Amino acid sequence: MIRDPRLAKIAARFACLGSCVVLSACEPGILDPAGPIAAGERSIFFNSLAVMLAIVVPVIILAFAFGWWFRAGNTRAKHLPEWAYSGRLELLVWSIPALAIMFLGGIAWIGSHDLDPPKPIASKARTMTVEVVATDWKWLFLYPEQGIATINRLVVPVGTPVKFRITSAGVMNSFFVPQLGSQIYAMSGMDSTLHLRADKAGRYRGLSAHYSGEGFADMDFFVDAVPQASFDRFVATAQGGQGKTLDWNEFVAMAHPSRNVRPASYPRLQSGLYDQIVMKNGAPEGEKAKDGREQ
Amino acid sequence: MSGAARTHDPNKLGRSAEPNPDGPAPKRVVVSYGFWIFLLSDFILFACFFAGYAVLKDATAGGPSGKDLFELKLVETETVLLLLSSFACGLAGIATLARDMRWFQIAMAATGLLGAGFLALETYEFLHLIGEGAGPGRSAFLSAFFALVGCHGLHVLLGMLWLTTMMAQAWAKGFREDILRRILCFSLFWHALDIIWVALFTMVYLMGVRG
Amino acid sequence: MSFTGKLGWDSIPFHEPLPLVSAGVIGLVLLGVFIWVWRRGHLPYIWSEWITSVDHKRIGVMYCLLAGVMLLRGFSDALLMRSQQAIAYGNEGYLPPDHYDQIFSAHGTIMIFFVAMPFMIGLMNFVVPLQLGVRDVAFPTLNSVSFWLTASGALLINMSLVIGEFAKTGWLVYPPLSELRFSPGVGVDYYLWALQISGMGTLLSGVNLVTTILKMRAPGMGYSRMPMFTWTSLASNLLIVAAFPVLTAVLGMLILDRYLGFHFFTPEAGGNQMMFVNLIWAWGHPEVYILILPAFGVFSEIISTFSSKPLFGYRSMVIATMVICILSFMVWLHHFFTMGAGADVNGFFGITTMIIAVPTGVKVFNWLFTMYGGRIRYTSMMLWSIGFIVTFVIGGMTGVMLAVPPADFVLHNSLFLVAHFHNVIIGGVLFGAFAGFTFWFPKMFGFTLDETWGKRAFWLWISGFYVAFMPLYVLGLMGMTRRMQHYDVPGWHPWLLVAGVGALLIAAGIACQVMMLYVSIKTRADRIDESGDPWDGRTLEWITTSPPPAFNFAVLPDVKGEEAYWGIKAKARENRALSDRPDYEPIEMPRNSPTGIVAAFFATAMGFALIWHIWWLVVLGFFGAWGTFIVFAWRDKAEYEIPVEEVERLDQARRRSKATLLDLPEEALS
Repeated sequence: MIRDPRLAKIAARFACLGSCVVLSACEPGILDPAGPIAAGERSIFFNSLAVMLAIVVPVIILAFAFGWWFRAGNTRAKHLPEWAYSGRLELLVWSIPALAIMFLGGIAWIGSHDLDPPKPIASKARTMTVEVVATDWKWLFLYPEQGIATINRLVVPVGTPVKFRITSAGVMNSFFVPQLGSQIYAMSGMDSTLHLRADKAGRYRGLSAHYSGEGFADMDFFVDAVPQASFDRFVATAQGGQGKTLDWNEFVAMAHPSRNVRPASYPRLQSGLYDQIVMKNGAPEGEKAKDGREQ
Repeated sequence: MSGAARTHDPNKLGRSAEPNPDGPAPKRVVVSYGFWIFLLSDFILFACFFAGYAVLKDATAGGPSGKDLFELKLVETETVLLLLSSFACGLAGIATLARDMRWFQIAMAATGLLGAGFLALETYEFLHLIGEGAGPGRSAFLSAFFALVGCHGLHVLLGMLWLTTMMAQAWAKGFREDILRRILCFSLFWHALDIIWVALFTMVYLMGVRG
Repeated sequence: MSFTGKLGWDSIPFHEPLPLVSAGVIGLVLLGVFIWVWRRGHLPYIWSEWITSVDHKRIGVMYCLLAGVMLLRGFSDALLMRSQQAIAYGNEGYLPPDHYDQIFSAHGTIMIFFVAMPFMIGLMNFVVPLQLGVRDVAFPTLNSVSFWLTASGALLINMSLVIGEFAKTGWLVYPPLSELRFSPGVGVDYYLWALQISGMGTLLSGVNLVTTILKMRAPGMGYSRMPMFTWTSLASNLLIVAAFPVLTAVLGMLILDRYLGFHFFTPEAGGNQMMFVNLIWAWGHPEVYILILPAFGVFSEIISTFSSKPLFGYRSMVIATMVICILSFMVWLHHFFTMGAGADVNGFFGITTMIIAVPTGVKVFNWLFTMYGGRIRYTSMMLWSIGFIVTFVIGGMTGVMLAVPPADFVLHNSLFLVAHFHNVIIGGVLFGAFAGFTFWFPKMFGFTLDETWGKRAFWLWISGFYVAFMPLYVLGLMGMTRRMQHYDVPGWHPWLLVAGVGALLIAAGIACQVMMLYVSIKTRADRIDESGDPWDGRTLEWITTSPPPAFNFAVLPDVKGEEAYWGIKAKARENRALSDRPDYEPIEMPRNSPTGIVAAFFATAMGFALIWHIWWLVVLGFFGAWGTFIVFAWRDKAEYEIPVEEVERLDQARRRSKATLLDLPEEALS
C-alpha cells in the first residue's frame, strides 16, 4: 500500500535530479569553470560527491528495502525480535564511514593546500595585481600597475594570473566570481589575498556572496576576460578618459551608500590608496550608512 | 546479628550489585550539584571574556596599554579585600553548621562589607581610567578590559544583592532546610568569584604591567 | 531624556501594511481565543493548572505549543520569501529590501530559537523524567521560569512586527553590519534582548535537565540502562550548558558596542569582527547538535518501538552520541573557511567536521539494523522516521561536501548551503519533532492523534520539502547566493518558481497537521488510550497512565535492565500476574507557583525598555523580577501532599488497565 507512492517518489526525485543536471548547463555556474582554480574545485566537488554517493545510495536503498521487507504483514521475512547486537556488524558500521572519511579527509587536506587562496598560480605569464574594495553597495577595482580604477566592472587579460587584494570600506562582503573559483571575505581593516586566472575569454558574473545590507541584491559586477591586446586597449581608453583622479576624498564620496551603480572608471589613481583604505579601515569618520531607519 | 538482618529491607537484598541502588539523590545533593553545573557555565561565560581580552589585548588603537594604566597597589588591595571576604564567607558557613544566627549575621555582614570595599575600589579605578581618557570607548583593548573586569564586578554586585537577601531570610525564617541549601549555593558562588578574580588578577594585571 | 525613550508614534510602521495587518489578525484571533476561554469559565483552570504549573509534563506541553505557534509565524515568513524570490526576477518584487531583509532575519531566528529549540526542550521536559522513572525534574519552579523566559523572547520578537522593526542583518547579526553605525534602528536590539532573555531560559533549562539525568534516576536506572532518548537529551543539555554562555557573552559584547560605545567588533579603534564570527559559531555549531541529538533519540525510540525490537547496538549508539557531543566543539571554523585562515587551519577543521560523519553514520546503520528482522508497523511516526533516514543522509552528504574547504570556497553562502541546512534541520529536527510529538501525544493528553491526517501531512511535507529544496541545490551550483531580494539572471527564475510550489506543498502539509489536531480533539472520545501503552512501548513512560498523574509513578519503578518497561511486561506475561501490590505512601509534590510568569513579565518589560532606552522601566523591570524571586523564596510551604488513598486509587486503576492490556486474569492484580 505504502510502497507504490514511495517508489513513484524516488523515480520522480531521480528524474528531477537528472533534469537539474541537464538544465543547469543553461546558466553557467560553478560547474562551468573558466580557470584552473574553478576547475580544481569542480573536480574536488565531484570526487567528494562520488565518495559520498558510494555510501549514501546503498543506505537509501537499504532503508527502503528493510522498511519494505520487514513490514508487519510480511510473514516470509525473518523475525529476530531479540536481535540487538553483533560485534562483526558493529565493527563494520564503524569502519565503513571511518574509511570513507579517511579518504575524503585526504582530499580535503591536499585540496586545502593546493587551492589555498593566497597561493600564487604557477604560470609563465607575469602575475597582475588588482585591488578590490567592497563599498556600500558596489565594487571598486584598483589597478595599481596601470594606475586606473573601475567600478562594478573588472577587466582581466586571459591567461594572466591575477592576485586580488581584497578589503572592505565598511561591512563584510564576499568577493566571488563563480566561474573563476574561490571566494574570500572582504572585511574592513583586513587585507585578504586571492589568486585567480581566467583561461577562457568571456564575460563572467561576479557578486557579493555575503549579505551586506539594503543594496546587497544589486551588488553584482561583470568580469570581462579578454586577450592581452584588448586589455591594453581597455587600459589606454580608461587612462585617456574624462573624470577625476581617485584619491582619498574622491573615494570617500564614491563610497557613500548607493545602489545599482553603473560600471564606470577613473583615469588616474592616487598611489597607495588601497593601503590607506585598509589602514583607515575604510571608514569615513562620522559617515552613517543608510541601512536602518534614521532616528 | 539477627536484629541487623531484620532491619534490612528485604526488597533491597542483592541490590548493591545493581546500579544507582538508592534512586534519586537527596535534595541537598541535587541542589548543590545543579548549582555547580550553573557555575561551570558561568566559568565558560568568563572564558569568553578572557578570550576576547586575549585577542584584543594589543589592539590599543594608539591609546594607552595595560602597562601605562594598571596600578598594582590598588588592585592588590582589591585582591586582599576579596580574599578576606571569602574567608568571612567561610566563617558564615561554619556559623551555619553551628546554627549560630548571631555569628552568621556578623560573618555575612563582614563578607558584604569587604565585597563592597572591593567594588568601591574597582569603581574608583574605572572612574579614574575614564577620567584619564582611557574609557572603554578609547580602544578595543580597553573595551575588552572594562568588559572582563566589569563582568566580574557585576557578579560581585549581584552576589551582594543575594547576600543581603540571604541575611534577611535567615533572620526572618531561621536555618530552614531550603535556606541552608541556598546558603550553601551562595558560598559556592562567592568562592567561584574568587577563583575567577585570581585568574583575572594574574592574566590581566600581573601580565599586563609586564607588557 | 524622554519618558518613553526612543519610542514614539513614528515607531509604528504604518507605511508597511503587511506586518500591521497580519499582526492585527493575530491579535484579533488571540483576543477571540481569550474571550472564548473567559466566557467558558476556563480561565481559573488555565491559570492554576497550566500557567502557574511547575509540573514538567505541563511545561513540556506548553513548550511544544509555543513551538507550534511560532512555527506558523516562521513559516509565513518562509512563504513571503519564497514568493518574493519567485516574483522578483528583473523587478523589485513586492517586498522592498527594508522589509525583505527583516523577513529572512526573523525567519532564521524564529525557526532556530523559537521553533526547533522549544520543540526539543518541550519533548525532553515531558519525556525525560518519565523515562528515568522519577516524579519531576530537579528544579520544578526553575523549569517554569525557563519556559516563561523563552516565551518572553518569543513575545519580544513578535512585538517587533508592530512596534519598530526587526534586525536586517541575517539571523546571526554579523558585525560590523549589526553595529550602531550601520544598523542604527531598534531591529538588532530586539534580536539581542529577545535572545538574551530566552537564552537565559534555555541555559537554566539545560542545567535543570543535566542535573535531573545525572542525579535523579529511579532505583536500578544506571547509565547503561538509560533509554536512548534520555542519553541524547543528556548530551544535548550538556551542550546547552557549555555553549549557551558563549552566546550570552558574544551577544553581551555586541550589546556593549551598541549601547555603551565599546569597540569589540567595530571597524574602528581596533575592534575585531572576526572574533564575533568565531565566538558566535563556537556557540552556533554545538547548537546544531543541541537540536539534532534529541531528534536522533526520538527516532531511536520510534524505530525500535514500531519494529518491535530493541535498539540495535545500544552501546555504539551511546558512544556515537557522546563522540558527537564532544566533537561538535571542534568544528566551528567550517562556517567561515572563506575568511582566509590558511590551508592548515582550514584542512584541520575540514577533517574534524568530516569525522562527525562517522558516529552519525554509525547511528544510521544501527537504525537500519534495528529495522532488520523486525515487524514494522507503519504508523505516521514510522513514516517520518524512514523519511528522516533518507532525507538526512542526503543532507549529511551535502554537509560533508561543504566540509571540504576547496568545495566550500565556491559553495559557501550559496543556496546550496541553504538547501543543505534545511535538508538536515527539516529532515532531521523537524521530522523528529513531529514524530516525537505524535508518539508522545497520547501520553500528554490521553488520546491518540488521527493517523489519516497525520499520514497526509507526512506525504505533503516530504514531497514539499523535496520540491522546495532540491531546486536550491541546483541554484547554488548556478552561483546564486542567499538573501537576494531580487535578481536578473534568467536561468534562476524557473527553479525559484518550482521552489515556491514546494513551499505551497509544505503549507498544505501544515494545514493537514492543523486538521489532524482538530479531528483528533473532536473524536477524542473514540481514541482514548486506556492502557497508557498505545504503541507497545519499551521504556518507563509507558508504564504509567495516559496522561500520567501529577506524581508520574505511585511507587518509583524498580529497574532491572535495559528497556525497563519491556522487561516488566515480559515478566508479568510470564508470571501471569503483575508485580506485588506495593505499599503506598503519601506523596509530596512541589506546589504550583506564579513565579515563572511574573518574573517573565518583568523580564519582558525590562527587555522592551532596554530596546527603546526607557531607563526607568529597565530599573523597574529588574527589581520587579528580583522581588518576584524574593517572594518565592519567602514562602513557607513549598510542597503539598497527595494523600495515600488518592495515590492508591489512581494506581489501582492503572494496574487494572495494565492487567487488561496484558490480558491477565483479575486475580493478577493482588
